[in-house]
Amino acid sequence: MEKLSILSDAAKYDVACTSSGADRGGQKGKLGNTAVGGICHSFSADGRCISLLKVLLTNYCIYHCKYCINRCNNDIPRAAFSPRELAELTIAFYRRNYIEGLFLSSGILKSPDYTCEQLLTCLRLLREEYHFRGYIHVKAIPGSDPALLYQLGLLADRMSVNIELPSQQSLALLAPDKSRHSIFQPMGMISHKIEQSTKELAKYRHAPSFVPAGQSTQMIIGATPDTDYQILKLSESLYRKYQLKRVFYSAYMPVSSDALLPSVNVKPPLLREHRLYQADWLLRFYGFQADELLDDRNPDFNLAVDPKCCWALSHMEWFPVDVNRASYEMLLRVPGIGIKSARRILTARKSRSLDFDGLKKIGVVLKRAQYFITCSGKRMDGLRLTPESILRNLISEQNQKNLPSKNWEQLSFF
Amino acid sequence: MFERGIAYRYDGSLDGFLCCIFESYVRKEIPAMILSDQAPQGVLYPEKWIETVPQQADRVFASLSRKISKEAERIIQTVFLTCLEDKEMHLYRFIRMGYQYGAQVTNWLADPTVHAIRQAMVHLQNEEQKIKGFLRFSEHQGVLISVIEPKNSVLPVIADHFCSRYPEERFFIYDKAHRLGLWYEPYQAKFLEIDSFLPPARGEEEKEIASLWKQFVKTIAVEGRINPRCQMTMMPKRYWNHMLEHADQLTAKQRGTWKKTTAEFCDTGFQGKSRIMEEKRQ
Repeated sequence: MEKLSILSDAAKYDVACTSSGADRGGQKGKLGNTAVGGICHSFSADGRCISLLKVLLTNYCIYHCKYCINRCNNDIPRAAFSPRELAELTIAFYRRNYIEGLFLSSGILKSPDYTCEQLLTCLRLLREEYHFRGYIHVKAIPGSDPALLYQLGLLADRMSVNIELPSQQSLALLAPDKSRHSIFQPMGMISHKIEQSTKELAKYRHAPSFVPAGQSTQMIIGATPDTDYQILKLSESLYRKYQLKRVFYSAYMPVSSDALLPSVNVKPPLLREHRLYQADWLLRFYGFQADELLDDRNPDFNLAVDPKCCWALSHMEWFPVDVNRASYEMLLRVPGIGIKSARRILTARKSRSLDFDGLKKIGVVLKRAQYFITCSGKRMDGLRLTPESILRNLISEQNQKNLPSKNWEQLSFF
Repeated sequence: MFERGIAYRYDGSLDGFLCCIFESYVRKEIPAMILSDQAPQGVLYPEKWIETVPQQADRVFASLSRKISKEAERIIQTVFLTCLEDKEMHLYRFIRMGYQYGAQVTNWLADPTVHAIRQAMVHLQNEEQKIKGFLRFSEHQGVLISVIEPKNSVLPVIADHFCSRYPEERFFIYDKAHRLGLWYEPYQAKFLEIDSFLPPARGEEEKEIASLWKQFVKTIAVEGRINPRCQMTMMPKRYWNHMLEHADQLTAKQRGTWKKTTAEFCDTGFQGKSRIMEEKRQ
C-alpha cells in the first residue's frame, strides 16, 4: 500500500496518460483489448484523466536532475516494486476495469541497462505469463543499450523518451547527466524501427509489431526562459522528423528549491500550457505551421485570446469565408469551427445550403465564428466590424478586466 | 394520407415500434403520438394498441436499408436506445422523410428532426464512452459483478467491448435504470430482464484491492493543479455513485437524488421530471 503511494506519487508529474493509438481486439485465452481512441477510467482531483496505472518501478535514482523530485540528493521515502508484484497489481486492477493498462517508468537504478532489464522482465511477465493484451506505455531509459530498447518496444504499445527541457542550454544547466544526444538517439532509433515494422507488417501479417501506438515525449514549461516560439518550433520538428504521436507540455510545478529554478512560490503557468496545447492541435490537425502562429517579433502567445483567433485577427485579408463554398482547409482556419463542425458542414452542404441557424445546430461556435464567415454571401445580422471591437468581443469577460482600460472622458455638454 | 388525432401504443420494443410504422402506412394515417407501454396513461387522443407482429416488423426493417440507406438503419437502431424525449415521433418523422427523399436525409444536419436525432446519438455515444471507462467490477466467487445507471440504454452497445475484453472471465453487468442485465461466460453472452438486483458486499480481498485503487487515485492528483470544476465536467457526478473511488465523496442526500433522477427520467420521460420538481417544492 505504502509502496504504491510512494511510487505513484513519484510518477504523477508525467503528463501522458493516454491509452490511444492501438486497436487490438480481444482473443480467446487472453485478457484484454485496446480501443483506438483510448478510454478514460476516472478523473483525478486535478481534472486529469486516469487511464493507465501510472507508477515507477522504483524511485531510487542515480541522477540529479534539478527539476525532478526523484533526484538522488533529495530526501524522500524510496521504494521499489518487484516486477511480479507490479504485474499482479496491474492484472488485479485491469480485471476490475479500473484501468486500461500500465504506464511504466522508472528511476535509474544502478545503471540504465540494469533498469531497462527490470522493466523488460515486468513486461514479459505481463504479456507472456498473464497473457495481457491491454495497453502498455513504457518509458525508454536514455542511455541504455538499443537492443534492450528494441525488446521493450516489441512488448509495449507506446514508448516515450522525455525531452524534459526545450533547449540544449537549459538541459545542460538543469539536467547535467542527460545530454541532447542521449535523448534524441533512442528517439531516432524508435522512430526508425516503427517505420521498419510498419513496412514489414504490410508484407507479412505475422511480423512482430513494434510500438504500434507510436512514441510520445514531454517537456517542462516555465522552468527555463525558453520562449513559446522555440518550444513550438521544436514540437513541429519532432512531429516531422520523428513522426511522434504526441508532444506533452507540463507546466513546471515547483517541487524543489534551487538557485537555478524559479522560486517555490511561483504559480505554475497553466494558461501558457493551455495555449501551447491549443497551438499543438493547430499543428497536428488544422494544417498550421509554427511560423504562421509565432515569429521572432512575437515569440510568446497572447494569453488573452487563443492562437487561432490571434492568427485570424492578424490575417483579416483571408476573411470572411463563405461556409457554403470554402474548402475544408479554409473552414478549419475559421475560429469557432473545429474538425467535427468542418466535417459536418461538408456533409450538410452537399444537399442543402446552410444558414446561421443551421450552423449553430451543427455545432459551430457562432460567438467566435460570426466575425469571419458569411452564409451564401450574407453576414450575420447586426454585426459591427472593426478589428478592435472583434478582439474585445473575443476575449472572455474575465480577461477583459485585465486589458488596459481606456481613459474615458466625460463629454462636455456646455 | 391525412392527419387524424390518434395515439399509438406499443410494447416498447424496436419490433413493436416498426409495427407502428407498418400500421400507419397500411391505414394511411399519421399518429399524433406513439407511446410505449411504459409511458403514462390518459393522453387526450384516443389510443390504439399496436400488436407486435414479427413479420410486419421484418418487412419494415428490411425497407430501411433498401429505401433509405444502411446508415439510416444503423441510426434508427441506435436512436431507439437513447433517452431522447418522444423518440418514437422523431424517428417516425425521420423514417417518413427517408422514404420520401432517400439516402440524402441523413446528411440534413440542420433539419430539426435530423438534428434532434443526431444530438441524441451523440449523447448516447458520449455516455457509452464514459460507461466503458467508469464501470467498475468487483469479484464475488470468481464472477465479476457491476451495476451501472446510465440515462441511455447503453448496455447493448457496450456488450461487445466487455465480451472481447474479458473472454475468459464470467461477468454480470446490471443496468439499474433500464432493468437490463448482461451475463457472460466463456464464450457466450445473453441479455436478461431483471427487475431488481443488489450486488453482494465486498469480501476482504476485494476491499483491499479497492483501497489500493482509492489510494492510487488520491495520490496521482498534482496538488498545485487541483481543479474540481474540470473534474466534474469530465466526469459528471451522476456517475460517481457507482465508482468506488468517488462514491464516498458524495453526501447521502446526493446519492438519493441521483438514483431517483436517472431512474425516473428514462422510465417515464417527462412525467418523471415533473414529479421530481414537485418533490423539491415540498
